[in-house]
Amino acid sequence: MSALSASAAPPAAAARSRAAERLHAALRSPTLISGAAILGFWILCALLGSRITPLDPYADDLLATLAPPSAAHWFGTDQLGRDIFSRVIVGARDILIVAPLATLLGTVLGTALGLAIGYVRGALDDTVSRVIEALQALPLVIVALMALAAVGTSNVTVVLVIGFVFTPLIARTVRSAVLIESELDYVAAARLRGDGTLAVMFIEILPNVLPIAVVEMTVRLGYAIFFVASLSFLGFGIQPPSADWGIAIAENYSLIGSYWWTVLFDAAATASLVVGVNLVADGLESVFET
Amino acid sequence: MSSARTHGGELERGGAADHALRIEHLEVAFRIGRRERRVLSDLSLAIRRGESYGLVGESGCGKSTVALAATRYLARNGRVSGGRILVDGQDLLSLAPRELRRLRARSVAMVYQDPGRALNPSMRIGRQMAEVFEVAAGLGGRAALERAAEMLARVQIASPERVLHNYPHELSGGMQQRVVIAMALSMNPALLILDEPTTGLDATVEAEVLELIARLHAELGNSILFIGHNLPVVARVCDRVGVLYAGELVEEGPAASVFADPRHPYTVGLLRCIPGYGTSKNQGRLETIPGFLPSPGSSGGQCVFAERCANATGRCRSEAPPPVDLGGRLSRCFYPERAPALPRQGATPEESRAPPVPRGGAQAAQGGGPAAPYAVSDGAAPPILRTRNLSKTYRVSGKPLQAVKGVSLDLWAGETLGLVGESGSGKSSLAKLLLGLAAPDAGSEVELAGEPLPALADERGFEQLKSLQIVFQNPGSALNRSQTVRRLIGRALRLAGLFGRAREARLRELAASVRLTPRHLDEKPRQLSGGLKQRVGIARAFAGGPRVVVCDEPTSALDVSVQSAILNLLVDLQAQQGVSYLFISHDLNVVHYVSDRIAVLYLGRLLEIGPAQAVFAGPHHPYTAALLSANPGLENRGRRRIRLSGELPSALNLPSGCVFHTRCPRKLGSICEREEPPLAPAGARHAIRCHIPAAELGAARPAAAPPQDAPAPGG
Amino acid sequence: MIARFLVKRALLSLITLAILSVVVFLGGQLLPGDVGRAVLGPLADARAVAVFNHQVGADRPLWIQYWDWIAHFLTGDMGESFTFRAPVAPFIGAALLNSLKLAALAFVLVVPLGIAGGVWAAMRVGRWSDRALVLLGQTLGVVPEFISSIVLILVFGVWLRWLPMSADWPEGAGGLTQLRYLILPSVPLVLVFFGYVARVARLGTIEALDADYTRTAILKGLSMPTVIRRHVLRNALLPTITVTASLLGYLAGGLVVIETLFHYRGIGALIYSAARAKDFPMLEAGVLTVGAVYALASVAADLLSAALDPRLRSGRT
Repeated sequence: MSALSASAAPPAAAARSRAAERLHAALRSPTLISGAAILGFWILCALLGSRITPLDPYADDLLATLAPPSAAHWFGTDQLGRDIFSRVIVGARDILIVAPLATLLGTVLGTALGLAIGYVRGALDDTVSRVIEALQALPLVIVALMALAAVGTSNVTVVLVIGFVFTPLIARTVRSAVLIESELDYVAAARLRGDGTLAVMFIEILPNVLPIAVVEMTVRLGYAIFFVASLSFLGFGIQPPSADWGIAIAENYSLIGSYWWTVLFDAAATASLVVGVNLVADGLESVFET
Repeated sequence: MSSARTHGGELERGGAADHALRIEHLEVAFRIGRRERRVLSDLSLAIRRGESYGLVGESGCGKSTVALAATRYLARNGRVSGGRILVDGQDLLSLAPRELRRLRARSVAMVYQDPGRALNPSMRIGRQMAEVFEVAAGLGGRAALERAAEMLARVQIASPERVLHNYPHELSGGMQQRVVIAMALSMNPALLILDEPTTGLDATVEAEVLELIARLHAELGNSILFIGHNLPVVARVCDRVGVLYAGELVEEGPAASVFADPRHPYTVGLLRCIPGYGTSKNQGRLETIPGFLPSPGSSGGQCVFAERCANATGRCRSEAPPPVDLGGRLSRCFYPERAPALPRQGATPEESRAPPVPRGGAQAAQGGGPAAPYAVSDGAAPPILRTRNLSKTYRVSGKPLQAVKGVSLDLWAGETLGLVGESGSGKSSLAKLLLGLAAPDAGSEVELAGEPLPALADERGFEQLKSLQIVFQNPGSALNRSQTVRRLIGRALRLAGLFGRAREARLRELAASVRLTPRHLDEKPRQLSGGLKQRVGIARAFAGGPRVVVCDEPTSALDVSVQSAILNLLVDLQAQQGVSYLFISHDLNVVHYVSDRIAVLYLGRLLEIGPAQAVFAGPHHPYTAALLSANPGLENRGRRRIRLSGELPSALNLPSGCVFHTRCPRKLGSICEREEPPLAPAGARHAIRCHIPAAELGAARPAAAPPQDAPAPGG
Repeated sequence: MIARFLVKRALLSLITLAILSVVVFLGGQLLPGDVGRAVLGPLADARAVAVFNHQVGADRPLWIQYWDWIAHFLTGDMGESFTFRAPVAPFIGAALLNSLKLAALAFVLVVPLGIAGGVWAAMRVGRWSDRALVLLGQTLGVVPEFISSIVLILVFGVWLRWLPMSADWPEGAGGLTQLRYLILPSVPLVLVFFGYVARVARLGTIEALDADYTRTAILKGLSMPTVIRRHVLRNALLPTITVTASLLGYLAGGLVVIETLFHYRGIGALIYSAARAKDFPMLEAGVLTVGAVYALASVAADLLSAALDPRLRSGRT
């Protein structure tokens, strides 16, 4: 028996699968937990919406405009007398739909593109990489402004524009990973089995770059929220009458001198959301590192 | 305890410390994840002044940890959990930071693998070397540079002034290692530690570096701690040797006696695993060491080698043996005298007392010498693989780089053609061309089983892909880490046109043929050891029943004890299935063991091809002669080495005429520069590419060549 | 050697800019579909749209339009603004100058701070202080500039009244006054990018610290500060240089939000207002200018890298 199993490996240290290990590590990471808590809170708010707000977020009350925080209105009221607290609660909804969709679009397209140019290389890689490099010369917000000015702004166009804007960035990261994988011998072994280009890309290489794509996605999600919020503030993102925080800030920041509550709470909410997402991304990154 | 320690310390400091290094009962542990693993246990060794000590062991035995501990440079998660280290008479672990720096500057120096990375890429050589003198001797700019130039001359670098101005990336690997050695010896330290200094260097370069080390050792008289896994290499350089296994020193003694007459079962097994010089597969199987390396710190309370030892008794499994003094030698075994009689593993139990059975069958049993290769014709039958004028030219920033030039060879059914060459020889490019992973130049022809073979793998049919496969060098990168073994082999069976139940049956058959148990089928590569991964790679290559398998350094990344098992497996499969191998390796002994014929490549050109014995015995090409003399085989120690002059020319700038003429110790004259010699016959199925006729090539060896030139500018 | 490298690099930049100009042009012409319709709105009369298109030359073949545009651009004529009916170039020039002032201030603050932070964290890698710094940098970096700007305006502008709330300094203000007005807008930038720069510096330093040549230096007996100074820093900061190039590019052109919030007449604000007004000539010229600034910065960064890393100079043997 011993001759048969010469130089056999010792039995795997624990019967745990990779996934179980990761889950365990995830549950122990303080950043991941706190981030998930914050994110979870806002998702809940977005889902339950008006059902959990003390007052109707869309109800005007022209007699009580710009009222400071009080027992009746915990966060005060805005220019139209609407309760800011309620508006803050429901303000997460649009951004929590638009940003993840845009990120998903960008990740899917970016991964596919990165796979293609990283594996096939040649003229395709040269041209696409050059174009990506050229586009990198422009700050994303400028690109988005140009595109949205041209096609008009709506939730759909915002998702599409941000998705397309993210695609080259993610493609670049995926491409680097794919370049490394392509050098490994198992890819050559697949070619020698007669596997075609698509099979090699998606069956052999993709499973190994997927963790990187997932991490990229979570990191980009934070940035997507940042981006959508900024665009909303500029008027090129989510459109009124949504209670989105960016819009609220845009509408009210000229009043900041005397009516600070009209902007501060929305600002804090935005900050907490992006920080929460970022903590989750950070936690996931360290979990996937092992 | 502590009083005893200080007492000992005072003794050492007070009296003349005649040991450059003294390690006493050293224990080192690493924190991995949440657990602490003991990497070194109760390690004691002492190196006298002027002595050279070799520490050998396979991967994971802890030898590099010894080196790092001796310079107090353990990684962040490592710590010394017990014992003492005295370097140059000083207690290393209790030194204050300033004293530690002084010790590092003056008394101990380290040289390790990959010299290119040991040098700062953005600093000139002169500056880096001068630093040593500035720190240790307080010399200023000019004076320090002068001393640096002196040291460079000492390591036989001609034009040291020029090298001082170079950046590291402008020098070749061999030159870089010389610079690192020069830097290490600048302050004439009491102890020089070398950690695998020649691993990764070509055989000829390695031989030069080893000679340099030996010469400097004799001249300067510092003590040497030489760490390596290659036993013959260590034997060449060291007076005494210690064998490390799983963090414990299992045997120690003068190098000659330990290697000639080992007294620990592990040492015995290790030495037996190495294919001897001139042995061949027809003479019998290679020895192996059954079982696997224990994980560090897992075997408490018993002999660390007991699990794998054929001599083990109940006592060995319940008690840890202390080191036994055998008069100038020690062995950590209860039965050191029984070690040489360790039963051989290669044969079945019934044959364990009989001499190994030759594989050549009837033919071999008759003659006294090595048998004629079995199942191989005398060249009359058509070859299974044939190449004519195979060439590959790459373009590097517009300039042509000729990796392979006009290689024509034949491979017959059931035989192994060994391919030997150093870096830049083109052997990996040749493998890629054959497999269709790179496109050959126009005019190249490859035929498989009489049919022309399309150049690229994408153009070949399934039958052709099945018939010509490869086993890769690095099992880690050869297997897709996201797939299970079952999937890895299973996908290859698609090629064989098998699905469903037939596929499953064949899968199990294949796994069994490479000695994998069914349990392994559901594991992922990261759960397998290097040897097991390589077996999976072999199973995958054999999935479709290939006629030719290219083995690209299949055992170079594996430990010695694992290597022999894999080689046995390959030879067995060949005997069973009549498959042919193109066996690429830089290890001459391994090549000779496995191959029926051998081809020698240099700078993309085929310099010699012929039966294995003939190529080794001579007459052979001057390059082959140099390669053979550089081979640090254990039995080889008396041989004088043939030194090659100059550096390996860049493939961008191939020499005119014979590609070897710039370094050939037997260069005839201008004819070698003008005309490329044809492949001239030199015996039965033996050809040599040289202007010198074969009869003269077998003559006496020339004198040693002059010292190294400086590198050509531009690298 | 360096001259050849410089020429090669400059040529690459030109190609990049050429591609960029095509992309910008197409973005401006293609995306809206019908330029006239986009500008005049969906309710405008079809004939008015046609007249408008003819006036601005949007009814000519695409490649003629492109050639016309780029040829003029290179000679300094950036076309005529739809909104102001005046040449675009002077607007761009003035706005660019302002943006560069703000960018310079932010740059000078964030780069040394980021590098220092990154190196400091790298020396303590794995410990609490390292993780804290990385997390801090990341968290600050992810908060949108307009959020932190608002908080800062509230605190320093409204409640404490230490600094002016907008960067709209009076005509003819001296250098020091301008500086005072620019401090508040630059702080959010420092907060956002500190983490970015620190992260790259940290990674570069960790890699350099783990490198074999650092081990060689330490085992030579050099003290840690000397090792850091002579061996580690040079190699560690190499990747940071490339990053600072893109940072400069972003600072020069991407500060739409900050400039809007602080009423600062920079090029980001100009592009923004052009986008809102669908003033395509202004928009395209502005975007291309921003791209050119970035390309220039990137060439400078490559030069600096080559100066520090000899391997890059000899073009890799």
